[in-house]
Amino acid sequence: MLLGPALGLSAVLFSLGVAGVVLRRNAIVLFMCVELMLNAVNLAFVALAQVYGVGGYLIVFFVMTVAAAEAAVGLAIILAVFRHHQSIDLQNINLLHG
Amino acid sequence: MTEVVFYFFAAVAVLSAAMCILQRSPVGALIWLVQVMLALGAIFILLQAQFIGIIQILVYAGAIMVLFLFILMLLNVGRVRATDIRGPAGVAAAVVVAGLIVAELRGLWAYTTVRLEHEVRTSAGALQAAYAFAGGQAAQQEAQTRGVVGGIAAPLFQLYLVPFEITSILLLAAIVGAVVLAKRRA
Repeated sequence: MLLGPALGLSAVLFSLGVAGVVLRRNAIVLFMCVELMLNAVNLAFVALAQVYGVGGYLIVFFVMTVAAAEAAVGLAIILAVFRHHQSIDLQNINLLHG
Repeated sequence: MTEVVFYFFAAVAVLSAAMCILQRSPVGALIWLVQVMLALGAIFILLQAQFIGIIQILVYAGAIMVLFLFILMLLNVGRVRATDIRGPAGVAAAVVVAGLIVAELRGLWAYTTVRLEHEVRTSAGALQAAYAFAGGQAAQQEAQTRGVVGGIAAPLFQLYLVPFEITSILLLAAIVGAVVLAKRRA
């Protein structure tokens, strides 16, 4: 059934995504790490759906929809920030810094 | 046999994810991320979620990653000279946070269907074990009676109809928001 290994892999991928968010300063790479975390959670849902029934698959469906919407809006925000600052490095974006 | 293939794709996914977060060039990181998505699609198919596996490859590795690539090319930030990886303090923080998460979730590795079923049956929660478990084969049985796609489509348009409709509103809001944000002010 591979339930345990799939959940373990999901945990490892999620932690790699978190490490990427902490490690990188490039806003687009940060977004990619968030996508990695979403995928890791999807894997946990699919693994548990084997046991619980198709409800898990449907949640994965909704997660994918939300990820697509989030990518579209997030990338539009990055585009607007880039027009303003000529950079997507988070170190240069300190508009809200007091 | 299934286990060998699973561990192969699991290793591919973990190594590609590590390369993704360590790759200096954003385009390189993106290609490694696509590799992770493809490996996860293969794992979904191994876990008997064939439809979700195909959707994963089409939507994630196809559509969403191409969107990222478009933005990278539009901003012309694909070729970078200075690295954007944080210094030693950032590396230490990343290792500590990731290590904590893995240490905390370590117990998941030992989970089996039998143990999960036992825990759900003995817990006092609202979950009805009889409904949730059909001998650990709930998804497989559903697929056998209704087909792989039908087993997902039927609950999507019956039990989960309201969330399904709400996602359409979410997508509309995302489209409008993205257009408004990206529109150049004259």
